Amino acid sequence: MKNLDPTTIWIVIASLAVGSFALRFVFIGLVGGRTMPDWLLRHLRYTAAAIIPAMVAPLVVWPSATDGKPDLAHMSAAAAALAVGYITRNVIFGIIGGAATLYGLLYLAG
Amino acid sequence: MALPFGMLFGVLATEAGLSVVQTMSFSAAVFAGAAQFTALHLLNDNAPTIVAILSALAVNLRVAMYSASLTPYLGAAPLWQRVFAAYFTIDQSYACSMMQFEKEPRMKVSERLRYFFGVVSPLTPAWLVATYLGAVVGTRIPESWGLDFALPITFLAMIGPMLRTPAHVVAALVAIVVALLSTTVPFNLGLLIAGCAGMMAGARCEVILDRRRAAA
Repeated sequence: MKNLDPTTIWIVIASLAVGSFALRFVFIGLVGGRTMPDWLLRHLRYTAAAIIPAMVAPLVVWPSATDGKPDLAHMSAAAAALAVGYITRNVIFGIIGGAATLYGLLYLAG
Repeated sequence: MALPFGMLFGVLATEAGLSVVQTMSFSAAVFAGAAQFTALHLLNDNAPTIVAILSALAVNLRVAMYSASLTPYLGAAPLWQRVFAAYFTIDQSYACSMMQFEKEPRMKVSERLRYFFGVVSPLTPAWLVATYLGAVVGTRIPESWGLDFALPITFLAMIGPMLRTPAHVVAALVAIVVALLSTTVPFNLGLLIAGCAGMMAGARCEVILDRRRAAA
């Protein structure tokens, strides 16, 4: 991996610190007891379930380790991580399942 | 949860070139695993800084939803206590507290706050210590271990538990399709377009399913 510019990293950390706190504080701190419009809460419910798959899909279809060519080991590891995470409802088990599949297949492929 | 997840962040952050101090500041100041991994990935991917920030905040929008649903229970507390409650609003403190508050509607606000901080107080040090251990270990892991697929696997493992309802599945599928179609959009903006599309699809699906259930 490459070296990142320290200024950029600090800008990202500071912005995310302020932004994340603002997101957490906005309702409990500022809005107080007033009720929120349903449509807003309904959209907020699906943000993480949309953004994270959107981020990961291109990485799985075109993995950087093989210079962007789709390959069996990475596809299988991706499927295992997703399936184990879904079935066990546990992120850590999902990660272990995906990693074991990846290293297992890479080892078998020599 | 906090332990392995924090360690993994520490390892991957230092692998990406962050110093131990930067990695620790990240975990302490942002205190949101999924958002931290998102920012890390996009920085690594040479995305523009503003896109990395916006995407990470988008992943973290759910804490605004947590904040909204905790408000009826904790909104009457003094401001300084709400400031702390806001900082400590994470998946675990939200989920445990909401279960308890719904089960015991007669709890006083002060009792609710004590419960909320009780849930989060062992998690915070665990998250920071784990990040630190991961960061120290991460500086010693050789490149040959092929950790470049660790972030995708982490994200994939996070998706499973998020797919709680058919609407969540629809949100994820729409986002994936749009993301794959928009990879040529510059500045990684395809990610935000796909995220918006998935979010709207999920919300729309929820409305349709609710209507069907009401009609049945």
